Amino acid sequence: MYRYDEFDHDFVRARVATFRDQVARRVTGALTEEEFRPLRLQNGLYLQLHAYMLRIAVPYGTLSSRQMRQFALIADTWDKGYGHFTTRQNIQFNWPKLKDVPDILDALADVEMHAIQTSGNCIRNVTSDQFAGAASDEIEDPRPTCELVRQWSTNHPEFAFLPRKFKIAVTGSPNDRAAVKAHDIGLRMVRDDAGAPGYEVIVGGGLGRTPMIGKVVREFLPKDQLLRYLEAILRVYNLHGRRDNKYKARIKILVHETGLEELRAMIEAEFEAMDAPTFAPSAEEIARIEAYFAPPAFETVEGADAALEAAKAADPRFAAWVDTNVVDHREPGYAIATISLKAIGEAPGDATSEQMRVMADLAERYSFDELRVTHEQNIVLPHLRKDQLHEVYQALDAAGLGTANIGLISDMIACPGLDYCALATARSIPVAQDIARHFADPVVARDIGEMKIKISGCINACGHHHVGHIGILGLDKGGIENYQITLGGDATETAAIGERMGPGFPAEEVVPAIERIVETYKAERLNREETFLQTYRRIGAEPFKEALYPSEARHAA
Amino acid sequence: MAKAFKTQIVTANDLFEGDVVYFTAGGFWSRNLSDAAVAHSKEDADAILARGEAQQSTIVGAYLADVAIGADGVPQPLHYREHRRTLGPSNRPDLGRQAEAVAPIAKVAA
Repeated sequence: MYRYDEFDHDFVRARVATFRDQVARRVTGALTEEEFRPLRLQNGLYLQLHAYMLRIAVPYGTLSSRQMRQFALIADTWDKGYGHFTTRQNIQFNWPKLKDVPDILDALADVEMHAIQTSGNCIRNVTSDQFAGAASDEIEDPRPTCELVRQWSTNHPEFAFLPRKFKIAVTGSPNDRAAVKAHDIGLRMVRDDAGAPGYEVIVGGGLGRTPMIGKVVREFLPKDQLLRYLEAILRVYNLHGRRDNKYKARIKILVHETGLEELRAMIEAEFEAMDAPTFAPSAEEIARIEAYFAPPAFETVEGADAALEAAKAADPRFAAWVDTNVVDHREPGYAIATISLKAIGEAPGDATSEQMRVMADLAERYSFDELRVTHEQNIVLPHLRKDQLHEVYQALDAAGLGTANIGLISDMIACPGLDYCALATARSIPVAQDIARHFADPVVARDIGEMKIKISGCINACGHHHVGHIGILGLDKGGIENYQITLGGDATETAAIGERMGPGFPAEEVVPAIERIVETYKAERLNREETFLQTYRRIGAEPFKEALYPSEARHAA
Repeated sequence: MAKAFKTQIVTANDLFEGDVVYFTAGGFWSRNLSDAAVAHSKEDADAILARGEAQQSTIVGAYLADVAIGADGVPQPLHYREHRRTLGPSNRPDLGRQAEAVAPIAKVAA
């Protein structure tokens, strides 16, 4: 993975020193809160309901064991013994004290991490496919691209005060696990007719109060023109994006109001006017970055598949875990395992410091020292030998990390909601807990099959509810928490915004409503292989609306 | 028609700890809800808010919250958001104000 050079180290340390001084000046009163607030936000420090919250960037979700252990140290030393992994592949600590934050940032700098650009109207942490460099369906590892974009966008002087925040996601695979169509810019690696890799550039996706699926603005962009093209998009957005209304300030609104064709022409004109060599990193620099992402030294493992099959036969719980949490690796003899942070009844995305250490130890011992954070709030061990999977599983299981539910109904995304977040209008976590408990029986969950429930506690949609197969949006309805349900959303390459079914439900009626949706699906599906999303797309919303709001009641209303 | 005035208190987050505090009749910020000064009119509320907001070296983001006065005389927030702030995360009863044996840590006004 990428390592800081001397300049990177100096830059991050200098930022910590600057922030330490800013905190001191806030405490003495030399800075007012009005002056201090943008400064702390530029360093990832928010103020939430019960405490400050520090959001730390995990660049494109890639972590070393050393970095994961440092999160555990931070959790134990300055926080409350746990951290929360987010839908942007970041981690948040929910209880830091103001005076401790500079020390936390120094501890992060020790392991080449920071919290810069995790807030504010700037280009945020670049996100990617959690299986990068391991996926069997990959055209190219997207992480060198991510790192290039990260370096270009970090402290970019022209884009520090954009109309609104700006999120870029990259996938190197045709199967989109990075939700690139729900980002301001999505980059999808493709090949041209001659087989050369490049990018399909998607612009104007986003969730929030006005959800939009991104549109293809350039079907093929040669790799060496990436930064120039990104710069052109950002320049057009910076100039023409709305600054009169923060709710209309994202680039998706500019795309919508300007029209894709006109916007494309503006971007291409800007692109053409730019000096190409200025925006083309040197071959040496590209090679330097790519070298950090060279594949690890995979071994040829004799009998790995047989060993795995034998372990599965001997341990049915392990077999179930492999079935849901393990996928193919590009390398024979290896597999990718997703560690579920969705143990039944726990807050999605939370991990204790002890669990972090277990995951770090396993990564160091079995996975070439690598971990990934997924946007679905799980952790990945990307490079595991198949004959060692059982050992890994046993260690995970002993730490409460052996839940076999990836892709199933209890593998939900949930934002922190009103249990933590100052913006939330309703709680998310208890809703997720209730649903997980209701569908806790693995036989029931497997029968339902692939199901992505995503829950947000306000219309800002951090919980990605618009692209959940079942989306749940918590609102304040006359002083009572109320939950709207959408169906048919999809965050992948077949992205779609879910359709709202009707009036919302009070908290205690959410689980029964989900149960009715599930029962409708099971009654309507053609066979066990037809997923919920496929059934929904085939039969439409009406049978589900009928299940949620029986027509007699609807007509009586 | 103007909304009928509800009794209100002034709340904020502590600058240093980040936790929830309430402005008291004595002119300082307290972690104890029962210490909160209660405004019975809009004029009262605005005046208390102005006094609380003036202490920028202690707190962040002061605002008014609607309350009812309980039988014990302690103001109780009417909205669930404010009620949540008096407790902590509902999924973690071991954390936040609900986990503390609340000894009022009064801050003397600067």
